[in-house]
Amino acid sequence: MTFVSILYGLLFWAATLILVGGVVVKVRQYWNTPAPLKIPTTPAPVTQRGVVWRMFREVVFFQSLFRSNKTLWLFAILFHLSLWLVLIRHSRYFVDMNDFLVFMQPFGRYAGFTMVLGLAGLWARRFLVDRVRYISAPSDHLMLALLIAIGVSGLMMSFVTHTDVTQVKAFFGGLLTFGFFGDEGLPADPIVLIHLLLVALLMIIFPISKLMHAPGIFFSPTRNQVDNPREKRHISGWALELERQGKLYLDELKK
Amino acid sequence: MADYEVPTLTGEGYCEVPAVREDVMKGKGPFIAKPAFQEAMHFPSDFAEIGELVPNWKERALDKMADLKGRYRSLQVFLDICVKCGACTDKCHYFIGTSDAKNMPVARQDLLRKVYRRYFTFAGKYFPKLVGATDLTEDVLKDWYNYYHQCSQCRRCSVFCPYGIDTAEISMAAREILDHVGYGQKYCNEILGKVYKIGNNLGLPGPALFDTVEGLEEDVEDDTGIKVRFPLDEDGAEVLLVTPSADFFAEPHIDGLIGYAKVFHETGVTWTLSTVASEAGNFGMFIGSYETMRRVSLRVREAAIKHKVKRIVFGECGHAWRVAYSFLNTLAGPFDFLDQRYPIPQHILEFTWGHLQAGTLKIDKTENDDKVLTFHDSCNVARGSRMGDAPGGQFEIPRHVIRAVCNNFVDMPADTIHDATFCCGGGGGLLTDDLMEIRVKGAQPRAEALKHVTTHNGVTHMAAICAICKSQFTKVLPYYGFTMDQIVSVHQLVSNAIILQRQVSVQARPDEEEDEDDDA
Ligand code: HEM
Ligand code: SF4
Ligand code: SF4
Repeated sequence: MTFVSILYGLLFWAATLILVGGVVVKVRQYWNTPAPLKIPTTPAPVTQRGVVWRMFREVVFFQSLFRSNKTLWLFAILFHLSLWLVLIRHSRYFVDMNDFLVFMQPFGRYAGFTMVLGLAGLWARRFLVDRVRYISAPSDHLMLALLIAIGVSGLMMSFVTHTDVTQVKAFFGGLLTFGFFGDEGLPADPIVLIHLLLVALLMIIFPISKLMHAPGIFFSPTRNQVDNPREKRHISGWALELERQGKLYLDELKK
Repeated sequence: MADYEVPTLTGEGYCEVPAVREDVMKGKGPFIAKPAFQEAMHFPSDFAEIGELVPNWKERALDKMADLKGRYRSLQVFLDICVKCGACTDKCHYFIGTSDAKNMPVARQDLLRKVYRRYFTFAGKYFPKLVGATDLTEDVLKDWYNYYHQCSQCRRCSVFCPYGIDTAEISMAAREILDHVGYGQKYCNEILGKVYKIGNNLGLPGPALFDTVEGLEEDVEDDTGIKVRFPLDEDGAEVLLVTPSADFFAEPHIDGLIGYAKVFHETGVTWTLSTVASEAGNFGMFIGSYETMRRVSLRVREAAIKHKVKRIVFGECGHAWRVAYSFLNTLAGPFDFLDQRYPIPQHILEFTWGHLQAGTLKIDKTENDDKVLTFHDSCNVARGSRMGDAPGGQFEIPRHVIRAVCNNFVDMPADTIHDATFCCGGGGGLLTDDLMEIRVKGAQPRAEALKHVTTHNGVTHMAAICAICKSQFTKVLPYYGFTMDQIVSVHQLVSNAIILQRQVSVQARPDEEEDEDDDA
């Protein structure tokens, strides 16, 4: 057991805590913040089922983005679909292999390439399209650099310098069961260490960055509201209080 | 004609996306409201003169931001989740028309977002440079004032954003913050003051309205030989009609009002206008103030109760219809005292289309044969409301009505209509002379699309269903070589084509009926 393995073990525990805790805090904030007005971007579904279908199309197919910009859509879909495939493949480090995972392995393996390709396309836009260049902050560039670095280091392990994956699996299995860091810790392979360091970093910044778009999209009122304001009265708690107390302004309300 | 360059039209139907330029539209923004206007609006007015900020403006601005993001999920979520993908960057008519970087929707949002990040997020507090966060300074506030008044809250960006991020929500929040530190907009807040005091945006008092409707009755009688009524404050009518005050005297709005009156006359449904609610528009939305919007909306409820009506119908107006359709029930409901068999509120086009389908109206389409029509989808009707039962009714019903009363109709190019429609350029509180440059430039995409169909399809007129669109186009399209009278109201077309069958109004005044008897 090396010092590095212990460090990495602690790092991943912390990163997981921050990722899960941070996302829970943000999602609770979104959940608890009222939406006082009906603002779906119309035409919008008139039933709750319709809204679920609209959201499905947005999350899975990026429908609005497709209408908006075909090149961007292509890179975006390439990256995100590949990301899911890669994530599915990675789940073998945390759960027992099953038929589905065995079937998905090759897809996940090559998805690494399409993921990096998609990311490269997205990054290129940030330099080549003047409008996108203008709106990009350093963090927008770094986010793509980080993901590309994760992808490339992953691909290296898969296709260039093979790493002892059973040892990695034992390490994470240990972390999961709080059985500490596996018998042997992590392989002493710089690429695996870089890859894992970057992944931990990604997990840590997830809840404090724009990556919150993943849970956030489900809370977007313009996409998740039913278009039925005439049929069903929609009112938020703070607005109802104005009515109850017969006041026009919030600062006139008695607490 | 103007000291800035008016964009030239190609007739291709679309505008090239311009190369980004900075500070093209940098400026002071529209006129600022004086303390008295702010006070009337229940906004802080502890600043001495126009252009000054209130004491502790920074804390108060940030407090307001915290308050708003705690009360509006849209604001909180939208500030967090934008990925800067840029999908919205070429979708705003003001960016297309001005090429100013800060008129790209995401860049407009970022004006507020970078301050939000600085004070409310971990990354912005500790790594401001990295995430583009900035301190709130007076210059930042001035930038807000300028660029948030170059957004007509048309929601086109929201359609194309993968998360539906609606810059209108951000603009509204920004204007509400500005209203709390002494930077209220004169145009909107002065008008809202008139609504509170007098009942409508134009400040037309009751007696003037009575004169106007009387004059209209005479005009229509001269024209058709029939005394079509324009009832005002008549208790017990079935329908309360709430319409933008511009309908009482502006062109071509007034021809629309005449159209509504003829439709009511023919159907025999009794109706009334109201001096209490003599305005459909609700500028409370433009300034992002729920409280103001609610206070303005409550007049409609008051009028409905006062006149003991059973139904509420709204006249042709875009932002007004968004507030009416999407918000009225929330703001001024529940309307359990009205007839539940009808939508509450109903749009005049829903009303007219219902009767056209039922065959109650006699129409001679050839009356409009001197025109080839196209239709401008008003942004707030298209993307913030609906008509009829099915999604998209807001596109179909106006076109059905136009086709029912006109023989010649052609749509503009597909990416400029329906929910991809371009704003007229004057919405969201921008319809003021001190914002002429942005209004002219913002109208470019619509003008380009119109040019396309006038050149290729022989279109002569563009119909609209919004008081702001009509006013904006009659003023601004001449810059692009069109004439004022090429803009028409949809109910003006109805008015032209309708053949009045009913000789005596069901709401004829007693003395008039006697007149008829005497004649007989
Ligand atoms: C519900 C799941 C998700 C949805 C619906 C979604 C959707 C989108 C969309 C529509 C975009 C804009 C287009 C683009 O720039 O690619 C985007 C951007 C992005 N997404 Fe996601 N995403 C999801 C999950 C994730 C996850 C889990 C990550 C984690 C790494 C991620 C990372 C990114 C990044 C880095 C960008 C910005 C790309 C750029 O800079 O151009 N997304 N996402
Ligand atoms: S389209 Fe939406 S997510 Fe993309 S930059 Fe614009 S506002 Fe942000
Ligand atoms: S709401 Fe309309 S005017 Fe405002 S930024 Fe979006 S597209 Fe432009």
